[in-house]
Amino acid sequence: MVIYGVALLAACMLLGIQMGSWLGTALGIEANVGGVGLAMLMLIVLSNLSKQRFHLSPVSESGIKFWSAMYIPIVVAMAAKQNVAAALDGGLVALVAGILAVSASFLLVPVLARFDKETALEDAENSLPKQ
Amino acid sequence: MSIIGEFEAVLVKYELLTAFVFVGLVMLASYWLSDRLTRGSIHGSAVAITAGLGLAYWAGVTTGGSQGVADITLLSGVGLLGGAMFRDFAIIATAYGADLEAIRRGGIVGAASVVIGVVLSFLVGAVVAVSFGYTDPIDVTTIGAGAVTYIVGPVTGTALGASSEIVVLSVGAGLVKSVLVMVGTPLVANKIGLNNPVSAMVYGGLMGTTSGVAGGLAATDPRLVPYGAMTATFYTGAGCLLAPSILFLAVRLFI
Repeated sequence: MVIYGVALLAACMLLGIQMGSWLGTALGIEANVGGVGLAMLMLIVLSNLSKQRFHLSPVSESGIKFWSAMYIPIVVAMAAKQNVAAALDGGLVALVAGILAVSASFLLVPVLARFDKETALEDAENSLPKQ
Repeated sequence: MSIIGEFEAVLVKYELLTAFVFVGLVMLASYWLSDRLTRGSIHGSAVAITAGLGLAYWAGVTTGGSQGVADITLLSGVGLLGGAMFRDFAIIATAYGADLEAIRRGGIVGAASVVIGVVLSFLVGAVVAVSFGYTDPIDVTTIGAGAVTYIVGPVTGTALGASSEIVVLSVGAGLVKSVLVMVGTPLVANKIGLNNPVSAMVYGGLMGTTSGVAGGLAATDPRLVPYGAMTATFYTGAGCLLAPSILFLAVRLFI
Protein backbone atom coordinates (compact mmCIF):
# COMPACT_ATOMS: atom_id res chain seq x y z
CA MET A 1 0.00 0.00 0.00
CA VAL A 2 1.17 3.50 -0.81
CA ILE A 3 0.76 4.55 2.80
CA TYR A 4 3.47 2.07 3.92
CA GLY A 5 6.06 4.00 1.92
CA VAL A 6 4.82 7.37 3.09
CA ALA A 7 4.63 6.15 6.70
CA LEU A 8 8.18 4.75 6.55
CA LEU A 9 9.45 8.01 5.11
CA ALA A 10 7.67 10.04 7.80
CA ALA A 11 8.90 7.71 10.57
CA CYS A 12 12.50 8.05 9.35
CA MET A 13 12.19 11.82 9.35
CA LEU A 14 10.61 11.99 12.82
CA LEU A 15 13.26 9.67 14.28
CA GLY A 16 16.04 11.52 12.46
CA ILE A 17 14.86 14.91 13.69
CA GLN A 18 14.65 13.56 17.26
CA MET A 19 18.16 12.07 17.05
CA GLY A 20 19.46 15.29 15.51
CA SER A 21 17.96 17.22 18.37
CA TRP A 22 19.65 14.90 20.90
CA LEU A 23 22.93 15.19 19.00
CA GLY A 24 22.62 18.96 19.13
CA THR A 25 22.10 18.84 22.89
CA ALA A 26 25.08 16.49 23.25
CA LEU A 27 27.28 18.85 21.22
CA GLY A 28 26.09 21.85 23.19
CA ILE A 29 24.45 23.48 20.18
CA GLU A 30 20.91 24.73 20.52
CA ALA A 31 20.12 23.31 17.12
CA ASN A 32 19.06 20.22 15.26
CA VAL A 33 22.33 18.66 14.18
CA GLY A 34 22.11 16.55 11.06
CA GLY A 35 18.60 15.28 11.72
CA VAL A 36 17.78 15.29 8.00
CA GLY A 37 21.07 13.55 7.19
CA LEU A 38 20.42 10.88 9.83
CA ALA A 39 16.93 10.24 8.44
CA MET A 40 18.43 9.86 4.95
CA LEU A 41 20.98 7.43 6.30
CA MET A 42 18.22 5.31 7.87
CA LEU A 43 16.33 5.22 4.59
CA ILE A 44 19.44 4.32 2.55
CA VAL A 45 20.39 1.52 4.96
CA LEU A 46 16.82 0.18 4.94
CA SER A 47 16.56 0.27 1.15
CA ASN A 48 19.87 -1.58 0.87
CA LEU A 49 18.96 -4.43 3.22
CA SER A 50 18.41 -7.83 1.63
CA LYS A 51 14.94 -8.58 0.34
CA GLN A 52 14.39 -11.16 3.07
CA ARG A 53 15.04 -8.63 5.82
CA PHE A 54 13.33 -5.62 4.28
CA HIS A 55 11.05 -5.40 1.29
CA LEU A 56 8.68 -2.76 0.00
CA SER A 57 6.30 -3.59 -2.81
CA PRO A 58 6.53 -1.32 -5.88
CA VAL A 59 3.24 0.28 -4.85
CA SER A 60 4.58 1.03 -1.36
CA GLU A 61 7.79 2.37 -2.88
CA SER A 62 5.78 4.77 -4.99
CA GLY A 63 4.74 6.47 -1.75
CA ILE A 64 8.40 7.44 -1.25
CA LYS A 65 9.18 8.08 -4.90
CA PHE A 66 6.31 10.55 -5.18
CA TRP A 67 7.87 12.75 -2.51
CA SER A 68 11.29 12.34 -4.08
CA ALA A 69 9.83 13.63 -7.34
CA MET A 70 8.28 16.56 -5.44
CA TYR A 71 11.77 17.66 -4.38
CA ILE A 72 12.30 20.30 -7.08
CA PRO A 73 8.75 21.77 -6.89
CA ILE A 74 9.07 22.04 -3.11
CA VAL A 75 12.43 23.75 -3.55
CA VAL A 76 10.73 26.16 -5.97
CA ALA A 77 8.09 26.91 -3.31
CA MET A 78 10.88 27.38 -0.78
CA ALA A 79 12.58 29.89 -3.07
CA ALA A 80 9.28 31.73 -3.56
CA LYS A 81 8.82 32.26 0.18
CA GLN A 82 12.30 33.60 0.90
CA ASN A 83 13.02 37.16 1.96
CA VAL A 84 14.81 38.03 -1.28
CA ALA A 85 14.12 41.75 -1.15
CA ALA A 86 15.98 42.15 2.14
CA ALA A 87 18.96 40.13 1.02
CA LEU A 88 19.63 41.79 -2.30
CA ASP A 89 22.19 44.15 -0.74
CA GLY A 90 24.54 41.23 -0.18
CA GLY A 91 23.93 39.67 -3.59
CA LEU A 92 27.58 39.91 -4.57
CA VAL A 93 28.56 37.54 -1.75
CA ALA A 94 26.26 34.86 -3.14
CA LEU A 95 27.58 35.38 -6.67
CA VAL A 96 31.26 35.28 -5.69
CA ALA A 97 30.78 32.34 -3.30
CA GLY A 98 28.89 30.38 -5.94
CA ILE A 99 31.35 31.07 -8.76
CA LEU A 100 34.44 30.26 -6.70
CA ALA A 101 32.90 27.11 -5.20
CA VAL A 102 32.07 25.75 -8.66
CA SER A 103 35.47 26.68 -10.11
CA ALA A 104 37.32 24.99 -7.25
CA SER A 105 35.14 21.87 -7.55
CA PHE A 106 35.62 21.63 -11.34
CA LEU A 107 39.39 21.86 -10.89
CA LEU A 108 39.39 19.01 -8.39
CA VAL A 109 37.49 16.53 -10.62
CA PRO A 110 40.51 15.34 -12.67
CA VAL A 111 42.71 15.29 -9.55
CA LEU A 112 40.38 12.92 -7.66
CA ALA A 113 39.32 10.91 -10.72
CA ARG A 114 42.99 10.08 -11.39
CA PHE A 115 43.15 8.39 -7.98
CA ASP A 116 40.53 5.89 -9.00
CA LYS A 117 41.33 5.50 -12.68
CA GLU A 118 44.17 3.11 -11.89
CA THR A 119 42.06 0.96 -9.62
CA ALA A 120 39.29 1.15 -12.16
CA LEU A 121 41.70 -0.09 -14.83
CA GLU A 122 42.90 -2.87 -12.54
CA ASP A 123 39.35 -3.89 -11.80
CA ALA A 124 38.58 -3.92 -15.49
CA GLU A 125 41.61 -6.10 -16.20
CA ASN A 126 40.81 -8.48 -13.34
CA SER A 127 37.25 -8.80 -14.52
CA LEU A 128 38.33 -9.71 -18.04
CA PRO A 129 37.87 -13.40 -18.84
CA LYS A 130 41.13 -15.32 -18.37
CA GLN A 131 42.55 -16.66 -21.60
CA MET B 1 -20.25 38.42 -3.74
CA SER B 2 -18.94 38.21 -7.30
CA ILE B 3 -17.95 34.92 -8.88
CA ILE B 4 -14.27 35.92 -8.80
CA GLY B 5 -14.60 36.88 -5.18
CA GLU B 6 -16.16 33.53 -4.35
CA PHE B 7 -13.38 31.65 -6.14
CA GLU B 8 -10.78 33.73 -4.32
CA ALA B 9 -12.33 32.65 -1.04
CA VAL B 10 -11.99 29.01 -2.14
CA LEU B 11 -8.32 29.53 -3.11
CA VAL B 12 -7.59 31.08 0.27
CA LYS B 13 -9.48 28.40 2.19
CA TYR B 14 -7.65 25.52 0.45
CA GLU B 15 -4.27 27.23 0.61
CA LEU B 16 -2.04 24.16 0.11
CA LEU B 17 -3.87 23.12 -3.06
CA THR B 18 -3.55 26.67 -4.37
CA ALA B 19 0.18 26.42 -3.70
CA PHE B 20 0.35 23.17 -5.74
CA VAL B 21 -1.31 24.94 -8.67
CA PHE B 22 0.94 27.99 -8.27
CA VAL B 23 4.17 25.98 -8.22
CA GLY B 24 2.90 23.82 -11.07
CA LEU B 25 2.27 26.90 -13.20
CA VAL B 26 5.66 28.42 -12.31
CA MET B 27 7.36 25.18 -13.33
CA LEU B 28 5.31 24.83 -16.49
CA ALA B 29 6.28 28.33 -17.58
CA SER B 30 9.91 27.78 -16.52
CA TYR B 31 10.36 24.50 -18.37
CA TRP B 32 8.70 26.04 -21.42
CA LEU B 33 11.08 29.03 -21.25
CA SER B 34 14.02 26.68 -20.72
CA ASP B 35 13.02 24.73 -23.82
CA ARG B 36 12.19 27.64 -26.07
CA LEU B 37 14.65 30.36 -25.06
CA THR B 38 17.71 28.38 -23.96
CA ARG B 39 16.97 25.13 -25.82
CA GLY B 40 17.40 23.33 -22.50
CA SER B 41 20.93 24.65 -21.88
CA ILE B 42 19.66 26.17 -18.64
CA HIS B 43 17.70 23.43 -16.91
CA GLY B 44 14.00 24.07 -16.26
CA SER B 45 14.46 23.55 -12.53
CA ALA B 46 17.06 26.32 -12.39
CA VAL B 47 14.74 28.65 -14.29
CA ALA B 48 11.88 27.72 -11.93
CA ILE B 49 13.93 28.40 -8.80
CA THR B 50 15.15 31.69 -10.26
CA ALA B 51 11.53 32.56 -11.04
CA GLY B 52 10.57 31.65 -7.47
CA LEU B 53 13.27 33.93 -6.06
CA GLY B 54 12.24 36.67 -8.51
CA LEU B 55 8.59 36.39 -7.48
CA ALA B 56 9.64 36.41 -3.83
CA TYR B 57 11.61 39.60 -4.46
CA TRP B 58 8.64 41.21 -6.19
CA ALA B 59 6.30 40.11 -3.37
CA GLY B 60 8.71 41.37 -0.73
CA VAL B 61 8.88 44.81 -2.35
CA THR B 62 5.10 44.90 -2.87
CA THR B 63 3.94 43.64 0.54
CA GLY B 64 6.90 44.72 2.65
CA GLY B 65 6.76 41.29 4.33
CA SER B 66 9.54 38.79 4.93
CA GLN B 67 7.92 35.61 3.62
CA GLY B 68 8.07 36.24 -0.11
CA VAL B 69 4.90 35.34 -2.02
CA ALA B 70 3.54 33.64 1.12
CA ASP B 71 2.73 37.16 2.38
CA ILE B 72 0.17 37.45 -0.41
CA THR B 73 -3.05 36.09 1.12
CA LEU B 74 -3.88 34.12 -2.01
CA LEU B 75 -0.49 32.36 -1.94
CA SER B 76 -0.13 31.78 1.80
CA GLY B 77 -0.01 28.02 1.10
CA VAL B 78 3.39 28.45 -0.55
CA GLY B 79 4.70 29.12 2.95
CA LEU B 80 3.51 25.67 4.02
CA LEU B 81 4.64 23.84 0.87
CA GLY B 82 8.04 25.55 0.90
CA GLY B 83 8.40 25.28 4.68
CA ALA B 84 10.85 23.14 6.61
CA MET B 85 8.51 20.16 7.04
CA PHE B 86 7.76 19.48 3.37
CA ARG B 87 11.26 20.51 2.29
CA ASP B 88 13.02 18.04 4.59
CA PHE B 89 10.44 15.35 3.79
CA ALA B 90 11.19 15.59 0.08
CA ILE B 91 14.97 15.72 0.63
CA ILE B 92 14.89 12.55 2.71
CA ALA B 93 12.75 10.85 0.05
CA THR B 94 15.48 11.43 -2.56
CA ALA B 95 17.81 9.21 -0.51
CA TYR B 96 15.62 6.18 -1.13
CA GLY B 97 17.23 3.72 -3.48
CA ALA B 98 20.69 5.29 -3.27
CA ASP B 99 22.89 2.23 -3.66
CA LEU B 100 25.55 1.77 -0.97
CA GLU B 101 27.00 -1.16 -2.92
CA ALA B 102 27.49 0.92 -6.06
CA ILE B 103 29.37 3.52 -4.06
CA ARG B 104 31.66 0.77 -2.75
CA ARG B 105 32.20 -0.52 -6.29
CA GLY B 106 33.07 2.97 -7.47
CA GLY B 107 35.87 2.93 -4.93
CA ILE B 108 36.64 4.94 -1.86
CA VAL B 109 37.29 7.94 -4.09
CA GLY B 110 33.58 8.21 -4.90
CA ALA B 111 32.69 8.53 -1.23
CA ALA B 112 35.75 10.67 -0.51
CA SER B 113 34.79 13.08 -3.26
CA VAL B 114 31.46 13.68 -1.52
CA VAL B 115 33.13 14.66 1.75
CA ILE B 116 35.94 16.57 0.00
CA GLY B 117 33.39 18.33 -2.22
CA VAL B 118 31.26 19.42 0.75
CA VAL B 119 34.27 20.65 2.73
CA LEU B 120 35.83 22.40 -0.30
CA SER B 121 32.67 24.28 -1.31
CA PHE B 122 31.95 25.11 2.32
CA LEU B 123 35.47 26.43 2.80
CA VAL B 124 35.31 28.59 -0.33
CA GLY B 125 31.90 29.96 0.68
CA ALA B 126 33.02 30.64 4.26
CA VAL B 127 36.22 32.41 3.14
CA VAL B 128 34.19 34.57 0.73
CA ALA B 129 31.73 35.38 3.55
CA VAL B 130 34.58 36.43 5.88
CA SER B 131 36.25 38.48 3.14
CA PHE B 132 32.95 40.30 2.64
CA GLY B 133 32.98 41.27 6.31
CA TYR B 134 30.72 38.69 7.93
CA THR B 135 32.02 37.86 11.41
CA ASP B 136 29.16 35.99 13.12
CA PRO B 137 29.99 32.23 13.05
CA ILE B 138 26.34 31.39 12.28
CA ASP B 139 26.31 33.75 9.27
CA VAL B 140 29.65 32.47 7.97
CA THR B 141 28.58 28.84 8.38
CA THR B 142 25.23 29.39 6.67
CA ILE B 143 26.81 31.15 3.66
CA GLY B 144 29.47 28.44 3.47
CA ALA B 145 26.71 25.83 3.60
CA GLY B 146 24.91 27.66 0.81
CA ALA B 147 27.99 27.25 -1.36
CA VAL B 148 27.54 23.51 -0.73
CA THR B 149 23.96 23.44 -2.10
CA TYR B 150 20.87 25.60 -1.93
CA ILE B 151 19.38 22.92 0.33
CA VAL B 152 22.25 22.61 2.79
CA GLY B 153 22.28 26.41 3.22
CA PRO B 154 18.70 26.77 4.48
CA VAL B 155 18.83 23.49 6.44
CA THR B 156 21.97 24.71 8.21
CA GLY B 157 20.63 28.24 8.62
CA THR B 158 17.39 26.96 10.12
CA ALA B 159 19.23 24.57 12.44
CA LEU B 160 21.56 27.30 13.70
CA GLY B 161 18.90 30.03 13.83
CA ALA B 162 20.33 32.29 11.12
CA SER B 163 18.30 35.29 9.94
CA SER B 164 16.16 34.97 6.83
CA GLU B 165 18.45 37.40 4.96
CA ILE B 166 21.46 35.16 5.50
CA VAL B 167 19.43 32.10 4.50
CA VAL B 168 18.46 33.84 1.26
CA LEU B 169 22.12 34.64 0.61
CA SER B 170 22.96 30.97 1.10
CA VAL B 171 20.16 29.93 -1.27
CA GLY B 172 21.48 32.51 -3.73
CA ALA B 173 25.01 31.10 -3.53
CA GLY B 174 23.66 27.58 -4.03
CA LEU B 175 21.54 28.76 -6.94
CA VAL B 176 24.51 30.45 -8.64
CA LYS B 177 26.37 27.18 -8.17
CA SER B 178 23.51 25.07 -9.54
CA VAL B 179 23.09 27.22 -12.66
CA LEU B 180 26.86 27.40 -13.23
CA VAL B 181 27.19 23.62 -12.95
CA MET B 182 24.41 23.10 -15.50
CA VAL B 183 25.71 25.64 -17.97
CA GLY B 184 29.42 25.08 -17.37
CA THR B 185 29.62 21.28 -17.33
CA PRO B 186 29.35 20.66 -21.09
CA LEU B 187 31.92 23.43 -21.64
CA VAL B 188 34.57 21.98 -19.33
CA ALA B 189 33.72 18.27 -19.68
CA ASN B 190 36.65 17.50 -21.99
CA LYS B 191 39.17 19.48 -19.96
CA ILE B 192 38.29 17.73 -16.69
CA GLY B 193 38.08 14.27 -18.27
CA LEU B 194 34.38 13.84 -17.66
CA ASN B 195 33.85 10.94 -20.05
CA ASN B 196 33.63 7.78 -17.93
CA PRO B 197 31.54 6.45 -15.02
CA VAL B 198 34.33 6.89 -12.45
CA SER B 199 34.97 10.55 -13.24
CA ALA B 200 31.19 11.07 -13.36
CA MET B 201 30.92 9.70 -9.81
CA VAL B 202 33.75 11.98 -8.68
CA TYR B 203 32.13 14.90 -10.48
CA GLY B 204 28.74 14.21 -8.86
CA GLY B 205 30.38 13.97 -5.47
CA LEU B 206 32.32 17.21 -5.87
CA MET B 207 29.51 19.30 -7.35
CA GLY B 208 26.68 17.75 -5.35
CA THR B 209 23.88 20.06 -6.42
CA THR B 210 21.36 17.49 -7.63
CA SER B 211 19.64 19.52 -10.33
CA GLY B 212 22.98 21.01 -11.39
CA VAL B 213 24.56 17.57 -11.74
CA ALA B 214 21.50 16.05 -13.46
CA GLY B 215 21.27 18.99 -15.85
CA GLY B 216 25.02 19.26 -16.39
CA LEU B 217 25.51 15.57 -17.16
CA ALA B 218 22.39 15.36 -19.31
CA ALA B 219 23.81 18.19 -21.41
CA THR B 220 27.22 16.49 -21.61
CA ASP B 221 26.46 12.78 -21.98
CA PRO B 222 23.14 11.38 -20.72
CA ARG B 223 24.73 7.96 -20.12
CA LEU B 224 26.76 9.46 -17.27
CA VAL B 225 23.70 10.79 -15.40
CA PRO B 226 23.06 7.81 -13.08
CA TYR B 227 26.71 7.71 -11.89
CA GLY B 228 26.91 11.41 -11.15
CA ALA B 229 23.42 11.62 -9.69
CA MET B 230 24.16 8.68 -7.40
CA THR B 231 27.08 10.34 -5.60
CA ALA B 232 25.30 13.68 -5.73
CA THR B 233 22.44 12.04 -3.82
CA PHE B 234 24.79 11.61 -0.87
CA TYR B 235 26.15 15.13 -1.12
CA THR B 236 23.21 17.06 0.32
CA GLY B 237 22.90 14.46 3.09
CA ALA B 238 26.61 14.75 3.89
CA GLY B 239 26.28 18.52 3.81
CA CYS B 240 23.25 18.48 6.14
CA LEU B 241 25.21 16.24 8.47
CA LEU B 242 28.54 18.10 8.38
CA ALA B 243 27.68 21.79 7.98
CA PRO B 244 25.60 22.44 11.12
CA SER B 245 27.83 20.17 13.22
CA ILE B 246 31.56 19.64 12.60
CA LEU B 247 31.98 22.48 10.12
CA PHE B 248 30.08 24.92 12.35
CA LEU B 249 32.29 23.94 15.30
CA ALA B 250 35.37 24.45 13.10
CA VAL B 251 34.17 27.92 12.07
CA ARG B 252 33.56 28.78 15.73
CA LEU B 253 37.13 27.75 16.53
CA PHE B 254 38.60 30.09 13.92
CA ILE B 255 36.35 33.12 14.39
